[in-house]
Amino acid sequence: MKKFASSILLFWLVAVMFGRLFQLNPNAIDLNAILSAPSFTYLLGADDLGRSILARLLRGVEVSFIVAIFVTAITMLVGVCIGLLAGFYGGKIDRALMQVTDVFLAFPGILLAIAFAAVLGPGLVNLMIALSITGWVSYARLTRGQALGLRNRQHVLAAESLGASVPRLIFKHILPLLTSILVVEATYSLASVMIAEASLSFLGLGIQAPNASWGAMLRDGVRYMLIAPHYVLIVGLSLMSLILAINLGGDYLRDKLDVRTEQ
Amino acid sequence: MGWQFRVFLIKKLSSLVTVIFGVLLLTFLLIHLIPGDPVEVMLGESASTADRVQLRTDLGLDQPLVQQFGTYLAKLSQGDLGKSIHTKMPIIEMVKTRYPATVKLALLSLLIGIALGVPMGIYAALKANHWQDIVVTLVSVRLSAMPAFWLGPMLMLIFAVWLGWLPVSGMDSNASIILPALTLGFGLSAILTRMTRTSLLEVLNDDYIRTARAKGLTEQTVILRHALRAALLPIITIVGLQMGSLLAGTVITETIFSWDGIGRLLVESIEKRDYPVTQACVLIVALSYVLVNLVTDVLYRLADPRVKFA
Repeated sequence: MKKFASSILLFWLVAVMFGRLFQLNPNAIDLNAILSAPSFTYLLGADDLGRSILARLLRGVEVSFIVAIFVTAITMLVGVCIGLLAGFYGGKIDRALMQVTDVFLAFPGILLAIAFAAVLGPGLVNLMIALSITGWVSYARLTRGQALGLRNRQHVLAAESLGASVPRLIFKHILPLLTSILVVEATYSLASVMIAEASLSFLGLGIQAPNASWGAMLRDGVRYMLIAPHYVLIVGLSLMSLILAINLGGDYLRDKLDVRTEQ
Repeated sequence: MGWQFRVFLIKKLSSLVTVIFGVLLLTFLLIHLIPGDPVEVMLGESASTADRVQLRTDLGLDQPLVQQFGTYLAKLSQGDLGKSIHTKMPIIEMVKTRYPATVKLALLSLLIGIALGVPMGIYAALKANHWQDIVVTLVSVRLSAMPAFWLGPMLMLIFAVWLGWLPVSGMDSNASIILPALTLGFGLSAILTRMTRTSLLEVLNDDYIRTARAKGLTEQTVILRHALRAALLPIITIVGLQMGSLLAGTVITETIFSWDGIGRLLVESIEKRDYPVTQACVLIVALSYVLVNLVTDVLYRLADPRVKFA
C-alpha cells in the first residue's frame, strides 16, 4: 500500500515536471481539436475549447497542490495556536473559544466555505481565504483536546514548578508531544482541502477560467459527457488516483506514528 | 423520564441556543463580508440610483449594524426570510417549493445507505479477516473518501450514458431521483459498512453471545436477535449525523443532476448574485443540520439506558 501510494504521488510529480520541461501550454486553443478523443497530438484528447486535456490536468494538479499546502499551513497554524490557548488555560477562554468552534461546526461539510466563497467572489485568493476561515476548526478541536490532557502531566507540572514561562511550557513541553498527531491530521487535510477546492471550482466558485482546475474540468466534462465521455472519465480517474494515494499515505503515517484518531 | 435525562435535555437545549444564535449571527454577517458595496455587487454597475437606494432601504443597509441584526431576527421570527432580488418573490415561498425535494432526496439516499451498508457490514463482520471481509472493508474505506462530484459524474457516465438505463439529469420522471440518491447513498453506505462491522465484532465477543450459542440457538438467531440489536445503537448515531451531511452533500449532487432542491437554489442564487437567497439557503441547511443532530442525540440517549448523561 505504501509503495502504491508513493508511486502514484511520484507519477504525478514526474508528470508535472515533464509538463513544465516540455512547456505544455494548458491554454493553447486548437479549434480543429475541440472535444477530440485521445490521439498522438493530444495524448488524452482535447476539451471543449480544443485545449490539451493532458496539459490542463498537469497545471490543475499543480495549482491544487499549492492551494492545499497553503491552506493546510494556515489553518494548522491558526487552529493549533487557538487549541493550545484553550487547552492550556481552560476555564472561560476555553469555553468561549469552544463556543465559537461549535458555531462553525453547526454548518455541515463544505457549506460554510461555499457561503464565504460566494460572498467574497471567485478567484484563487478568495478561495484560499474561504477554505482557511472554515478549516482551522478541526485543528483547534484536536489540539485543545490533547493539550487539555497534557496540561496536568507530571513533566509539565514539574517544569511549571521550576518556574518555566508559559510560552516555554506550551512550545517545549506540550507542542512536541502533538507532532505526530498533527502530521497525520495534516496529511488527511491535504486530501480534504484538495477535494474542497475541486468542489468549489466545480460549482464555479474557485479557480476561474482560463486557469486550469480539476473541479472546473470535471464540470465541463459532465456538460459534454454525451459527446466526449473520455473527458470526464480521464479527469475522474486522475482525481481518484490522487485522493486514494494521499489517503493511503495518511493511513501509512498513522500506523507508523501510532496515532489514534477518531474515525 | 428521570431527572438525569431532564438535566441533560436542559443542558443540551441551552447550548443549542448559543449555537443557533451564533449561526444566525454568522449568516447575517455574510452580506457584510461582500467586498465593496453589496448593493453595487448585487445590482451591477448599470443599475439606476433609484434602484440602489430602494434596495439599500429594503435590505436595511442604511441602518446601524446592531439594528440591522435586530430587524433580521425579528423578521425571521415571523418566518420572513426577505425577498429575492432576482425574482422579487418572498424567499420563504422559494424555500417551501425547493426544500421538500431535498428532503426526499436525502431520505432516499439514507434508505439506500442503510440497505446497502448494514448487510455489507454484517457480512464483513461474520467473515472477519477472511478475504471477503478484506475486500468489503477496502472498498468501503476507499469509497467513503471519494467526493460526490466524482461519484456523481462516474455513475452518470455508466448508468445514463453507456448503459442508458436511467435519465441523465432533471426531475422529469420518477427514475430521475435514482442516480442522485445513489451518489449520496453510496458514500453513506461505505461509512455504515465500517461502523456495522466494528460494532458487531465488538458485541460478538461478549459473554451473552457465548451463552446464546451455548444454549444451542441457531447462528441466525444469535446474530439477528441477540448481537445485531446491541450493535445497532452506535449505528443510529452515525445515521443521524450523516443525515446532516447528506443535507450539505445535496448542494453538489443536486447541481450535477439538475435536481431542483435547496442545494441547487443556493448555487443558482450565487450565480445570480442574489445574496439574500444565498443567505437564507445557508441558514436553512445549517438549522436543519443542528436540529437533526439534536434529535439524534436525544433519541440515542433514550434508546440506550447505559449512556451516561454528561
